[in-house]
Amino acid sequence: MPTSDYDPACLPDLLPLYYRRLFPFSQYYRWLSYGGVSKNYFQNREFSFTLKDDIYVRYQSFTTQNELEKEMQKMVPYKVDIGAVYSHRPSQHNAVKSGTFQALEKELVFDIDMTDYDDVRRCCSAADICSKCWTLMIIAIRILDRALREDFGFHHLLWVYSGRRGVHCWVCDDAARKLSVAARSAVAEYLSLVKGGEETLRKVVLSDPIHPFINHSLSVVERYFQQYAIVEQDILCSKESVDKVLALLTTHIKKDLTIYYQDEKNPMKRWDRLCTNKAFHQGRLSSIKKGGQYFDKEIMLQYCYPRLDVNVSKGVNHLLKSPFSVHPKTGRISVPIDLKELNTFDPFEVPTISLICEELERPRADEAEEDDVKDKENEQEAGERRRIRDYKRTSLAKYVKVFDRFLEAMARSWKGEMLKKSGELETSFSVFLTFMSFTYT
Amino acid sequence: MQFSGRRKKLIGNFQNDLYDQCLQFYGQPPLENISLTEFETFAVERLKLLKTVENVGVSCVKNSEQYTKKLDAEISSLNFPHRGGISEYEKRRKDHISHFILRLAYCQTEDLRRWFIQQEMDLFRYRFNCLHSKHKTDFLHKNNLKYETVSAEEKKNLKDKLIASSYGLSGTKVEEHDVYKVPFQDALDLVRTRKVYLLAGNAYIPHHEIVTIVLNDFRTRLSKALAMTARSLPAVQSDERLQPLLSHLSHAYVGQDYSIQKNIGKISLEQIDALSGKSFPLCMRHLHKALRENHHLRHGGRMQYGLFLKGIGLTLEQALQFWRSEFVKGKVDADKFDKAYAYSVRHMFGKEGKRTDYTPYSCMKVILSNPPSQGDYHGCPFRHSDPELLKQKLQNYKVSPSGINQVCPTTSTHLTRFSTVCVKGFLKLNLVEDAGFSLNHPNQYFTESQKFLSGGRDIKKEVDMSQRSQENPASVTHPSQANSKQAHEEMGDLDSFFQDE
Repeated sequence: MPTSDYDPACLPDLLPLYYRRLFPFSQYYRWLSYGGVSKNYFQNREFSFTLKDDIYVRYQSFTTQNELEKEMQKMVPYKVDIGAVYSHRPSQHNAVKSGTFQALEKELVFDIDMTDYDDVRRCCSAADICSKCWTLMIIAIRILDRALREDFGFHHLLWVYSGRRGVHCWVCDDAARKLSVAARSAVAEYLSLVKGGEETLRKVVLSDPIHPFINHSLSVVERYFQQYAIVEQDILCSKESVDKVLALLTTHIKKDLTIYYQDEKNPMKRWDRLCTNKAFHQGRLSSIKKGGQYFDKEIMLQYCYPRLDVNVSKGVNHLLKSPFSVHPKTGRISVPIDLKELNTFDPFEVPTISLICEELERPRADEAEEDDVKDKENEQEAGERRRIRDYKRTSLAKYVKVFDRFLEAMARSWKGEMLKKSGELETSFSVFLTFMSFTYT
Repeated sequence: MQFSGRRKKLIGNFQNDLYDQCLQFYGQPPLENISLTEFETFAVERLKLLKTVENVGVSCVKNSEQYTKKLDAEISSLNFPHRGGISEYEKRRKDHISHFILRLAYCQTEDLRRWFIQQEMDLFRYRFNCLHSKHKTDFLHKNNLKYETVSAEEKKNLKDKLIASSYGLSGTKVEEHDVYKVPFQDALDLVRTRKVYLLAGNAYIPHHEIVTIVLNDFRTRLSKALAMTARSLPAVQSDERLQPLLSHLSHAYVGQDYSIQKNIGKISLEQIDALSGKSFPLCMRHLHKALRENHHLRHGGRMQYGLFLKGIGLTLEQALQFWRSEFVKGKVDADKFDKAYAYSVRHMFGKEGKRTDYTPYSCMKVILSNPPSQGDYHGCPFRHSDPELLKQKLQNYKVSPSGINQVCPTTSTHLTRFSTVCVKGFLKLNLVEDAGFSLNHPNQYFTESQKFLSGGRDIKKEVDMSQRSQENPASVTHPSQANSKQAHEEMGDLDSFFQDE
């Protein structure tokens, strides 16, 4: 499918069309209402918009789906961010007594940005990505998805392509939304293995015993490492990149490999030599520092393990780019990623706003009769139907389907929660009342 | 006002159920009637215990032999429940009631709450660790800590993973001891550092680590409870029987009160200047200097400094001479002094009016009561002085620059730490590593400093219980009440008597 060339200058014309006919408001509203289990959940949610000329407005909130639509169609935001659910309507936060306006809940989120891997990828840098380094995102998603589900017991994860150089994860379980700042940061730290900035050479340090989480992550990395790092990234080819790898090793091993690499140019053979060096040195206790026997694993992790920004995950009030938002620089829609098709997900195939707007304009003959019948229904529904028909005509369709499936799975849990809530008694005051009966003579 | 001499007798069975556990979470407030006597006694004794917990925690390594011995001794002597012995009903009842009374006294400010929670947590940790393993599990179950133990089969399946994730866990330990399944939100410290095995949102905590989890829970519950208590406090405080005691509990100093002057007449007036440089805490040194420079001190300063001097051993005659000689150098002539100021000095020594022998102010009292205003020199410099001025003062007193930085409190320093900081000043001045005491009273600073300088450093004795007995025949207050309560009440009269400046 040819991708229409996207020109940022067209955004002011394309966005109104997008918000009128393509943005999946109905599913979006359904998501953020979370089944109506908590009152005013949608109404107290903060949105922020970046408008034309980089004007940024916070504390936007809406009472109904209709209001959300109308406002977005009116303001035509270039970027939409989602924030926390507050104690009061964000749009009225100034009217609230200072100190009482507080962020209460929000999804647990993760942001994986390709730029954070610049020290270990050779193909691209900064905001660029290519099919070679995209593997890093696949690895990140597999590792984090498994950990969040199996270790932490979360079920409702939405992975979204950011539109340019990374992916986001929205953990939408009720328990996740209620996590405190401390809990969020603990989860993020648990998931972090690559530590250190410019100054640190050896960013991954493993010691005995290796935690099961690290073992799980290693098995994912090992699946991809050879093809990704040795072949595609070619980390053991040029002197420069070989030196970077050797810098992570002890002097003994470095010496041995330098000599070996003088003759052996095949990268795969070079890697093998590196790995077997462990066995070679097994007998020599002096060269095995505490945990120093895992240097091959450490290298693999340093080159491939997900790097997440703890600060994004920590804050309850942190604002993150909304799914189905448009990326102004690339024009790509932030679409949900279907994990079942992860291996074939191609960020360059993700539709741009220009593409889908163009697809919208292409008439489809077989639809003509259906239109007449359905327009007889009430206007809003008709409008919605039109819109549903609309996106279905475009490349956006399959991504909205992914979103639908995600919502369906959550909807089942909402039902359960509604039942639970009606049976709950308020116990918080019983202690208070008991205390008040404490008497003395 | 009805005072009941005896408490209500409880039915036997109820007794057993209510206090069948040595340790408790204090979830339910006591429901019985108690006498005012017991109310006061229980509260003061628990406060003593918590003070000991604090002191011992500062001076010994927690859970060391020394720590254990001291705390054990204090718990026994104060009659609190101890190591789950049989027929501890009375002690457990006291434990229960006294905790709730102190909640009333310590819920009011952030600082008080923090202190109370910290000491209660340390006490709880100590007592929990003393429990037998079986009792620990019983405790968890009885207190709705929904921490199930992992079945033997699951343990077997997960054995390798458990060993690989938890510190100090071996194969045998996994088999023999319990492993608890705790929601990960309750074990954040272990999760953050990846020191625990996680599965389906649960952390698998080995037996020896469960106390940390339990403590977190304890802290959360107590914190919430105190917030709630603070809200309902106005109702309680309006009861005039309780209000004085509660407010004094939170200011109470329950250590030595220096009303018994050990060194009467051993200090000569000529020594005071030198002593002020060496052995006076900063507040008194400050007052002394101000007195020498201005030949005057206002009422607050006279009280704080005058009583301190009494505490270090000055006789009434010496005090009169001291104050007169200084005031006369200023604007006050001998006649005026005898008329106006001498009376107050004699009053301090219990020779006038109600003839109460006033006790020198404790640090708590200095810090919390009567903050200084323009023209005053009393108070606690670490609490009341402008930080810049404080630094300058310390420089003048020849404390090294690095010492100054360590000693000066920051905005986050809270109430009970000011005395710690004062002690640090002592350390810096005398170039010592460990003071060996935690400071509660300016006169204590003086005594310790003198001890140190004279080369005789013996381990600080346990709080002298004899201070409870009244030396003063003139007082009519209840023997079990904290001395400062009485002092404060009387102080009110004295304050209103002297209206000057």
